[in-house]
Amino acid sequence: MDEKTFLVQQILVRTFAAGTPLLLGTLGEIYSERSGILNLGIEGMMAAGAVAAFATASVTGSPWCGVVAGIVVGGLLALLHAFATVTLKANQIVSGLALTMLGLGISGLWGKRYVGVPLINKILPVRLPVLSNIPILGNAVFNQDLLFYGSVVLGVIMWFILYKTKVGIIIRSVGENPEAADSLGISVWKVRYVCVITGGIFAGMAGSYLSLVYISSWVEGMTGGRGWIVIALTVFSLWNPKRAFLGAYVFGGIYVLQYILQSYGVSPNLLLMLPYIATLAALLAAVKFSKKKRISPPLSLGVPFDRGR
Amino acid sequence: MWRIKIENRAVRSYKLSFLTGIVSVFLGVIFTGIIFALWGVNPLFAFYKIFSGSFGSVYGWQETITKAIPLILISSGLSMAFVAGLWNIGAEGQMLLGAIPATYIALKLGCCLPAGIVIPLMFIAGFVGGALAAGIAAVLKEKFRINEVISTLMFNYIIAELVQYLVYGPWKGKGQWGFPYTDNFPSSATLSVLGNTRIHYQTLIIAVLAAVIVYILMKKTRFGYDAKVVGANPSAARYAGINFFRNSVLIMLISGGLAGIAGVGEVAGIHKHLTYPWTISAGYGFTAIIVAALAKNNPLVCLLISVFFSGILVGGDTIQTSLQMPSSTINIFNGIILFFAIAGDYFLTHSVRIVKNG
Amino acid sequence: MIQSLELRNISKRFGAVVANENINLGISSGEILGLLGENGAGKSTLMKILFGIYSPDNGGIFVNGKHIKISSPADSIKIGIGMVHQHFMLVSNHTVAENIALGLSDIPFFFPQAKIRNKINEFNNKYGFDVNPDAYIWQLSAGEQQRVEIIKVLIRGAELLIMDEPTSVLTPSEVSALFNALKKFVSAGGLVAFISHKLDEIMDITDKVVVLRRGRVTGQVDTGDTTKEELARMIFDRDVALSVPFRDSICGSSVLEVVNLNVFGDMGVEACRNLSFSVRENEIFGIAGVAGNGQKELIETITGLREPASGSIFIKGKDITNKSPDIINASGVAHIPEERMKFGVVSSLSVCENAALKDQNTHMRFRGVFIDYGKIKELAERIVKEYSVSAPSVESIMGNLSGGNIQKFITGRELLAEPSLIVAAHPTYGVDVGTTEFIRKKLIEKRDTGSAVLLVSEDLEELFQLCNRIAVMFRGRFMGVIDHQHIDMDKIALWMTGVSGN
Repeated sequence: MDEKTFLVQQILVRTFAAGTPLLLGTLGEIYSERSGILNLGIEGMMAAGAVAAFATASVTGSPWCGVVAGIVVGGLLALLHAFATVTLKANQIVSGLALTMLGLGISGLWGKRYVGVPLINKILPVRLPVLSNIPILGNAVFNQDLLFYGSVVLGVIMWFILYKTKVGIIIRSVGENPEAADSLGISVWKVRYVCVITGGIFAGMAGSYLSLVYISSWVEGMTGGRGWIVIALTVFSLWNPKRAFLGAYVFGGIYVLQYILQSYGVSPNLLLMLPYIATLAALLAAVKFSKKKRISPPLSLGVPFDRGR
Repeated sequence: MWRIKIENRAVRSYKLSFLTGIVSVFLGVIFTGIIFALWGVNPLFAFYKIFSGSFGSVYGWQETITKAIPLILISSGLSMAFVAGLWNIGAEGQMLLGAIPATYIALKLGCCLPAGIVIPLMFIAGFVGGALAAGIAAVLKEKFRINEVISTLMFNYIIAELVQYLVYGPWKGKGQWGFPYTDNFPSSATLSVLGNTRIHYQTLIIAVLAAVIVYILMKKTRFGYDAKVVGANPSAARYAGINFFRNSVLIMLISGGLAGIAGVGEVAGIHKHLTYPWTISAGYGFTAIIVAALAKNNPLVCLLISVFFSGILVGGDTIQTSLQMPSSTINIFNGIILFFAIAGDYFLTHSVRIVKNG
Repeated sequence: MIQSLELRNISKRFGAVVANENINLGISSGEILGLLGENGAGKSTLMKILFGIYSPDNGGIFVNGKHIKISSPADSIKIGIGMVHQHFMLVSNHTVAENIALGLSDIPFFFPQAKIRNKINEFNNKYGFDVNPDAYIWQLSAGEQQRVEIIKVLIRGAELLIMDEPTSVLTPSEVSALFNALKKFVSAGGLVAFISHKLDEIMDITDKVVVLRRGRVTGQVDTGDTTKEELARMIFDRDVALSVPFRDSICGSSVLEVVNLNVFGDMGVEACRNLSFSVRENEIFGIAGVAGNGQKELIETITGLREPASGSIFIKGKDITNKSPDIINASGVAHIPEERMKFGVVSSLSVCENAALKDQNTHMRFRGVFIDYGKIKELAERIVKEYSVSAPSVESIMGNLSGGNIQKFITGRELLAEPSLIVAAHPTYGVDVGTTEFIRKKLIEKRDTGSAVLLVSEDLEELFQLCNRIAVMFRGRFMGVIDHQHIDMDKIALWMTGVSGN
């Protein structure tokens, strides 16, 4: 293998790795928003999930226990958001911000003990037979860790559920017109709880991926705004898991681009702005798309459901 | 059988909203205490440390008032934005974008012009800088339907990197021992302080004035009335012929501008140079959100609550050193209080009683 | 199978308001029961109890003589009760198939859309519908949407259909198609509860009628044994004349002038096509037509909420085309909006604060910077008094007032501004008869003192009572304009369906 092929391959490997937490987070937020609940707490749930995963993996020695812990913590935090926004009908923006603060706080406090501690057992890449022999792409896509494969499979499943099953119709209808769903005997609050918690589980998984695979150590503030980028990617994906893949891997590529450009002598600080600037650009693009395709956000997004009214 | 009966309340009650505020802080303290205990720190000791560090001594009070200055400025501005339904989460970035042009003026003109000219210029530049960051978000929202929560947050990150770039690169000071600071501001570009404290009183006066002015603006003027309508029912605002775009942009300009002034106060009153972005903004932008929320967007109430939360910040520094807890611990406290505050709102608008069936 | 259904001794209160008191009624297989009464008489509450949305304080529901507990819509669906709501419960961004599949239990988990298509076609054949399973709801007319609602209910095995004011959004020809479908349904053993306040329809379609007034049953007769006059006496407290009186006026010079107006709707279709008309002083100009034929867009354009594609609008000779609502307000245009909660008030603010919503500039001091809350309070108190708005105080929160009181408040705020043009969209929609009469009286008062009134309504009775001239709008065009002296119901009905002939 010549040096250039190797380089391209490495770029792809890192792109997919950097895109995976974004994909996971976006998939979860799509479900939350599709049911009508905006959850701005992704950053907090990711950070708390990351530290829970890392701490558990360190204590038990099993990274998979870590992933489970990340999922549980993400889900629990989301439960808090669901209670505030669905049951108490609180402002979803404020509740999401509270969740972000809480999650970041928990991650800082819990993670303090793990600063600079190396991860004992890592989640290692698994080479898929045959497929991994495809030139360039084979090594980049089919020689990754199980969490990566899992995220891809989950993405397809999430898309399938949303568009091709009974449950998908229910979720989308609750987000579009909860009164209509309610009139057919569907429990709006149940659907919303499930979807918001799903969002938390996925954010927790995204956090686990960051601390166990992508960075393989604990650094405070390691989410670095990825939770907010996820919110933007949800808009960019037009609330469709299929398009979440595109958004997540493009942004994964932007993270990798930072490293490449750095070797050309561009100031690292200016490069670090890239994902955030790209986020704004992606939102602009999404507005254009949605106009053309007549897609609007779920109509009840951000509006609490009050049966009596 | 007993059941919970929930009804809408007919009239707003100020007594009740005061009560829910107190209760949410109280519950926040309890739940944070539980987390402290889980972490292995005696919660009573931790809270004793926090409150004695901020309110237990003359020095503590001085620090508390010093840190209340940016909180007052930012929360007054935010309360205005929140009333109008504009979720400005970018006060941190707006502070920094206020500090940058002020630093430029300090370093360029501080040498050769008197403080009477340089200081006002710095404040004006700071206001303009902060206003710019928020104003762009307002334009993006009104013209391109880009959610202001995301745009203002993205600006936080972008502007923080810009500050990093400046202090590590072109603006790096020559006499700073290699630290990423700009050169120290000349004396005509630094704010005077009260006696031996760090209270830069000029900014404090501006902050208190700002709170009062914002209060009058929101409660007594057409502008404030329009903002209220825009925030509560945008369709009705359109029906009433309120100029949406102008109203939103103006409010964001003012709220960003006040954050910008806070940034000037920090660099010209405390640090005396531009430095790491997180040292300057130090979480004020996020804490101010809670201040505004607890104050029910009343800038005069923001004055008081700012002092309380400033005390928490000062106390947070104390436990950071004495209990080796990270500074983000305070975030837990803030997050929990905010949760209880919005939960409390539910009881403001609904009466919840347990009644007997039948 | 439901052979018979009875409601026995049903009572329901909301706070101090009695919605239903001691109501008894029954329906048997093969029957259409009419439920007649004014808005607020308790018809909807009763049907919501039957459908499980509300639970009654007293009394019970009996199916085939057996007491049945219904505590949620899911329960009633299981029993075989289905409700077609007055406001359609459809997801407009979804397809017909997705709407019908929503919450349905006996469809496959995977790919439910495919299976549902066949079922929809079955119903199409059975009832003579032509519903396309793959069309999006927003592409359908009101009549088509109603058919989707009916299929949605039937597919869940409904044997008893509750139809809540089903004809309010239909054209006359759609109404007769609906009636045919209902007759087919009952002839196969189904039961229908038909809610309406329109006497003609009740006489046409029902077998039995139950009349409600203020939550009580005031009459129960077989339709064949009664007359419209008798039913009307049961509905109202006093005898009402069925032909409403109209008091003429002499119209002055033109106030509103609309010239060659073209407007696009939200979905980019032409909502108003080349409209030209004028409304004069001392005149009420009515626009009739089924909702969705461009009336909403026309009003939004005149009041500055929507930009026209071309054409001009003048108020007393002044061009206000494309001006913003505040400039149009200042030119003397008052607007009673169609969606009163969405546009007319800010429900989270106080009554007092809502008084200043329009025309804030008149409540200013110190050169238009500060608001004079004293003056605003005076205005609010004047509105509350002169328009008999029942509110605990002017400090109470708007959203806690009843719909009728909010509408009186809006009317008061708009009319007290002494406008030269009043644009009123469905001003009495969904309010009780007392309020309706009050608002109509106030509109006539304003007409008599020189205002021009543009009235959009679906209620023909209202238009006949108030209007000097009536235009009928269909697909963005005026099918014709008719003077009050020459009102011809048949002609108007034809125009409403888009047939122009003379």
